[in-house]
Amino acid sequence: MALLEVKDLHTSFFTDAGEVKAVNGVSFNLDRGRVLGIVGESGSGKSVTAYSIMQILASTGKIVSGSVKIDGQELVGAGERVMRTVRGNRISIIFQDPMTSLNPTYTIGHQLMEAILLHTDRDKKQAYDRAVEMLRLVNINEPEKRMKQYPHEFSGGMRQRIVIAMALACEPDILIADEPTTALDVTIQAQILELMGSLQKELGMAIIMITHDLGVVAQMCDEVIVMYAGSICEQGTADEIFYNPSHEYTKGLMRSIPTVNTMGEKLKPIAGTPIDLLNMPAGCPFAPRCEAAMKICLRQRPAKMIINDDHHASCWMNVKEEKALGLVEKENKEGEESNG
Amino acid sequence: MADEMKTPLIEVRNLKEYFDINMGLFKTKPLKAVDDVSFFINKGETLGLVGESGCGKTTVGRTLLHLYKPTGGEILYNGKPIVTKADIREFRKKATMVFQDPYSSLNPRMTVSDIIGEPLDVHKMYKTKEERRDMILELMGQVGLNSEHASRYAHEFSGGQRQRIGIARALAMKPDFIVCDEPVSALDVSIQAQVINMFDELQEKMGLTYLFIAHDLLVVRHISDRIAVMYLGKMVELADAEEIYNHPLHPYSKALISAVPIPDPNIARANQRIPLGGDIPSPLNAPSGCPFRTRCPYATEACAAEMPEFREVSKGHYVACHNLEKIN
Repeated sequence: MALLEVKDLHTSFFTDAGEVKAVNGVSFNLDRGRVLGIVGESGSGKSVTAYSIMQILASTGKIVSGSVKIDGQELVGAGERVMRTVRGNRISIIFQDPMTSLNPTYTIGHQLMEAILLHTDRDKKQAYDRAVEMLRLVNINEPEKRMKQYPHEFSGGMRQRIVIAMALACEPDILIADEPTTALDVTIQAQILELMGSLQKELGMAIIMITHDLGVVAQMCDEVIVMYAGSICEQGTADEIFYNPSHEYTKGLMRSIPTVNTMGEKLKPIAGTPIDLLNMPAGCPFAPRCEAAMKICLRQRPAKMIINDDHHASCWMNVKEEKALGLVEKENKEGEESNG
Repeated sequence: MADEMKTPLIEVRNLKEYFDINMGLFKTKPLKAVDDVSFFINKGETLGLVGESGCGKTTVGRTLLHLYKPTGGEILYNGKPIVTKADIREFRKKATMVFQDPYSSLNPRMTVSDIIGEPLDVHKMYKTKEERRDMILELMGQVGLNSEHASRYAHEFSGGQRQRIGIARALAMKPDFIVCDEPVSALDVSIQAQVINMFDELQEKMGLTYLFIAHDLLVVRHISDRIAVMYLGKMVELADAEEIYNHPLHPYSKALISAVPIPDPNIARANQRIPLGGDIPSPLNAPSGCPFRTRCPYATEACAAEMPEFREVSKGHYVACHNLEKIN
């Protein structure tokens, strides 16, 4: 049994302008000790997926349907009391801006100990020792002295390390990192990624790494999910996604990044702009921007197609079975007729 | 070479920009945001300027356009120093800026046509209203905006389109030189590529010269002919884009380039990153001598005593480091 099983998750925000389907049928499994990357552009639903797992959505947001199981225990509909034992203990989350999680009016030590006292049955003395131990683990020098300091006395990189210490203090099985290094400089980013990688190996937890930076994914992740407009368009091992991308969106993303090979050449961007989630098309959400779009892409949403055991993509370009091929041809033909 | 005889379009000599920071009643302390920086940019060239937050790269761009009054040093345009108010006004017709944040750099109460038309109004570039409208529509066409967008407000556009509006505004005076301050870092990858290509095309078509400031080294490398690296107000290395990527000489450039996550799993897993401990010191308490010495694995006593000279070690490759021979 997988550690975390997310099945057909639908999350919507009910706004004045209408229902925004931010997450639209997301399913994946995460095993112990694995690092899963979720990539996508702003508005693709990668953060909302994480917030749905933690059930920390804004008040207008609601999980409409689907299931989230940790070690087989259903979390959707389990209620706030159960979620309190899950958050921090089983799943922790860190955000892009560490000040989201830090209170400027309390010392670092107070905030670290608060988490430990709340989630474990350690007494104050033990909690203090544990907090110091955690600061040492994330390479904060002179942790005893640092315990008495306030968040503003730390640099951005150190704050992010403190937040990581706080997230890991209760030994969660899963750490969700929502763009943990986006606000940091390159050399500090390298420090934090290095730290997360070594802690992951040492503590054996699973990580869900949410990012828009394919470089970070390549460095950190075993498996990758690519999201577009609230749905998973491609999912597989990192090697499969990078070396054998099979969804037109993933291919477009890869072509958009400047690399050694694009020196002196034009980049090949994806045309158009991301889709308006209030007006989702009937077919594939990426079809309006897709160069290879066929008639069927505009009419019918592609199902999950298996590329191989480690890899699947929701794109009509990957249809191999004869029966399905027939359907694609038929739809394409009908589309032409109705358009002609 | 014939190129060497040419006067560079932009030349900066020993530029200094100090900000006075209040340290309490009547006490101020200079924050040396840019300290003794010299470089030149040839016509039609793109100079990339990289460095981490607080290194002074944005201040270089802004001081260059006299948005801040330089504390010291000279800025030359076509070989002529820019000194008087009249010089500055003339220079600003030929040198403009594209800002990082397409959300805060466009006035929410102005329509797109007024935003793009503002420089034309300021410099009185038209005689009739029709002429103004035609100029604005032409600018919008150049950056791929439709004419029906003209009467809309900035909030109706996505980030990428807003950045196009900002670029059209920068192009309004038909400039020679544009300071691009992190123009794509707020954009999604697929949109970022569209805007980068547009910068490329505009340069080809109009012979523009760019100072391209960014922290994303993959983007800078793609767009730049030469790249300068800054650390804590000082320029530490300057060379051709390929040269600096393949043979960085300064220990900071080496660490910076090795820290970039490469979007290729095999390379990323094999990449030997050079770890840099600690954080950038505050520019208010910059270390003596070489500013990088507190994080540099090769620092010696000489580094604390004296700022190394920014010297040319091979053709067009400048480095400021005392221990080059030992390191490389």
